[in-house]
Amino acid sequence: MPEPFLDEDPGPIVRPYTLTGGRTRSDAEDAFDLVSLIETTDDPVLPTMDLGPEHLRIRQICARSLSVAEVAADLDLPVDVVRVLLGDLLGHHLIRSRRPAAGSQLPDDRLLKEVIDGLNEL
Amino acid sequence: MDSMSSDRPDPVAIKIMIAGGFGVGKTTLVGAISEIRTLRTESAMTARSEGVDDTGLVPQKTTTTVAMDFGRITLREGLSIYLFGTPGQNRFWFMWDELATGALGAVVLADTRRLSDCFAAVDYFEQRGLPFLVAVNQFDGARTYEPAKVKNALALEPHVPVLVCDARERESAKRTLVSLVEHVIKEKERTA
Repeated sequence: MPEPFLDEDPGPIVRPYTLTGGRTRSDAEDAFDLVSLIETTDDPVLPTMDLGPEHLRIRQICARSLSVAEVAADLDLPVDVVRVLLGDLLGHHLIRSRRPAAGSQLPDDRLLKEVIDGLNEL
Repeated sequence: MDSMSSDRPDPVAIKIMIAGGFGVGKTTLVGAISEIRTLRTESAMTARSEGVDDTGLVPQKTTTTVAMDFGRITLREGLSIYLFGTPGQNRFWFMWDELATGALGAVVLADTRRLSDCFAAVDYFEQRGLPFLVAVNQFDGARTYEPAKVKNALALEPHVPVLVCDARERESAKRTLVSLVEHVIKEKERTA
């Protein structure tokens, strides 16, 4: 009898870019920095949107806002794949994405002092 | 980007890079102060990484998988710090650019037994103009170095802080991050 090809930790059987229909880039990719915060909207999912289970899972876990990095870690998918899925959801207005302040607009001193105090209190 | 329709202030996510040579304690440092998560990325290899990976031997190979550790520290609702351990190998430099975009600053972890392992990171942050400090991870049994000597050995500019830390200790990890944020404030004043 042939050995099954599954070992104890087989990883995803579906190759990652199968989930994205072979797409490696999202149109909205610029919106998805690793620390961009994703939050599910109240808009309904319609059958015509042709979404997969991973899309729906993202909707579930982002009921409270999560960073793109955390979404990828939770789904155990490469971040590049997650960005494509997020782009689909954004296109259907099923999520919101908020970009963090960019390097050129460094947080002000008041906020940085709050960070210092927050760290000291941990 | 479309903003939230609510009247809550925008949440702030502060991105800090934890860099340094392989095995220097980056994951330990992130884990000392936050829960470790793993991020995978599968990227097409860039021109910069060609040759290093020697794709000539494996012509089909056009993507590479990088695993990175990260952690989140929630200071309050709407204010979090994300720590990203940088992938150590040179062929993953392309990930550094993504991590450095919008980053507040970086901690370069150094092991005095292999100080040259962090040259590349120091060089990168200097070139990029991203505020950083060097934290000498004090390994058991390792010779204790004066921060001034490390500063000299790494040819750091005088304003770059060098401190000693123990990446396993939460308090030490906290102090290191606090020092970085203080340094960022000073740098803003210095370059203003």
